[in-house]
Amino acid sequence: MGSMKEVFNSLFLKELLKGMSVTGKYFFARKITVQYPEEKTPQSFRFRGLHALRRYPNGEERCIACKLCEAICPAMAITIEAEPRDDGSRRTTRYDIDLTKCIFCGFCEEACPVDAVVETRVFEYHGEKRGDLYYTKQMLLANGDRYEAEIAEDRALDAPYR
Amino acid sequence: MDALMNFGQGIFGGIWPAVWTLIKIVLIVAPLMLGVAYLTYFERKVIGFMQVRIGPNRVGPWGLIQPIADGLKLLLKEIIVPSGSAKGVFIIAPMLAIAPALAAWAVIPFTDSLVLANIDASLLYILAITSMGVYGIILSGWASNSKYAFLGAMRSAAQMVSYEIAMGFALITVLMVAGSLNLVEIVNGQAKGQFADMGLGFLSWNWLPLLPMFLVYLISGTAELNRAPFDIAEGESEIVAGFHVEYSGMAFALFFLAEYANMILVAALTSILFLGGWLSPVGFLPDGIVWMFAKMSFVLLLFLWFRATFPRYRYDLLMRLGWKVFLPLCFFWVIIVGVWMITPLNIWN
Repeated sequence: MGSMKEVFNSLFLKELLKGMSVTGKYFFARKITVQYPEEKTPQSFRFRGLHALRRYPNGEERCIACKLCEAICPAMAITIEAEPRDDGSRRTTRYDIDLTKCIFCGFCEEACPVDAVVETRVFEYHGEKRGDLYYTKQMLLANGDRYEAEIAEDRALDAPYR
Repeated sequence: MDALMNFGQGIFGGIWPAVWTLIKIVLIVAPLMLGVAYLTYFERKVIGFMQVRIGPNRVGPWGLIQPIADGLKLLLKEIIVPSGSAKGVFIIAPMLAIAPALAAWAVIPFTDSLVLANIDASLLYILAITSMGVYGIILSGWASNSKYAFLGAMRSAAQMVSYEIAMGFALITVLMVAGSLNLVEIVNGQAKGQFADMGLGFLSWNWLPLLPMFLVYLISGTAELNRAPFDIAEGESEIVAGFHVEYSGMAFALFFLAEYANMILVAALTSILFLGGWLSPVGFLPDGIVWMFAKMSFVLLLFLWFRATFPRYRYDLLMRLGWKVFLPLCFFWVIIVGVWMITPLNIWN
């Protein structure tokens, strides 16, 4: 009797109709597509996007050229050269991040003792030539100046968990 | 109509019948091509909806211009001919794929008078012409001189030959009950019966008394079209794109057109053979071409629905289904229908 039932079910495609009823139901389900340029999904304050170099409120750059970020970078995307400045403090003469190598792991940010290098929430940037995604010290500092308010806010939000 | 005939006669004289036929061909092929274009749009929308997405919506309102943009892109692209390929065959193969897909439309009746060529053995013509479609696929796979294309062509050849047999037997049962090879006669045969007299015409159509054969035809039709879940000839996940992996631009577009034109063809055939063509499902509504298009759309929706639902069949299971399930079932059912027809319970006389 059981095998008769099986033959009947397979002859009239019972399992297949079951499957089709599932997709048929989802046809009328509410669509979850996010219309990207107009709509965006919410971001975490820990989002790891474009890098920036920060400054203190008095305008002095934070980076002290300890090279911890360069050492920890698993993709070896960071290149640093340093020299004592005229006033005797140790500063970078070169601080480059190759964003084509970077894997956005956030280790540089975590390694930094002075919160100088950070990753902002910016993810909508592009380059039109190969070299465009090689960010130099000036470009990174400019990023920091542009997004300082957002960066400071995100650090403050994250502070209780650190 | 007479005025048009006289006007044409006056301008073209003796060649008017040929010109008139050409006009009719254009009147079939142009909407068909438009139908193909919008079937791709429809497919993307339906599958999108079933996957809880919204499908194309950027080009034009609701993405309605999308198929035009796609067509234009394909037209402007370069046709790359691989250096190791057999160049002549490589170029001819897409034409061999699309020609039968279009030629078959010559005998498809849209209503009992609206048909380009109402020949006696139109079903036989359809079977013969659609079988030619496999040549385009085999030749393209062979001429590409590529492993993937060759594998795809071999698979599709084996698959199409296997399923054509089951499909042929499903059609034989239709022939037996209709007593004719003419598609118009087959549809008219479905207009009579006990249920049709009660005003429930849709219960008199062939799909109900021949139900297992209807399912066999629908499934073999999907397999003939190389569509999901029987799209092992393309098999994106294993052999990239199968037989048309080396094609680009308009040559690729021809394969694409052929596939979708064939889809619409099988949908039209299914509605004619099993769903009563232009016949109205209930007595109080008039018959008409609208029903034909409605039934075709329904079958096309089924094909898209299959694609959104079922994973690809494994190759050995595909062969098992064709040879060890469908073929015996068809033999069995041909005998059943034959016996049914000589008993007093015969409902088809």
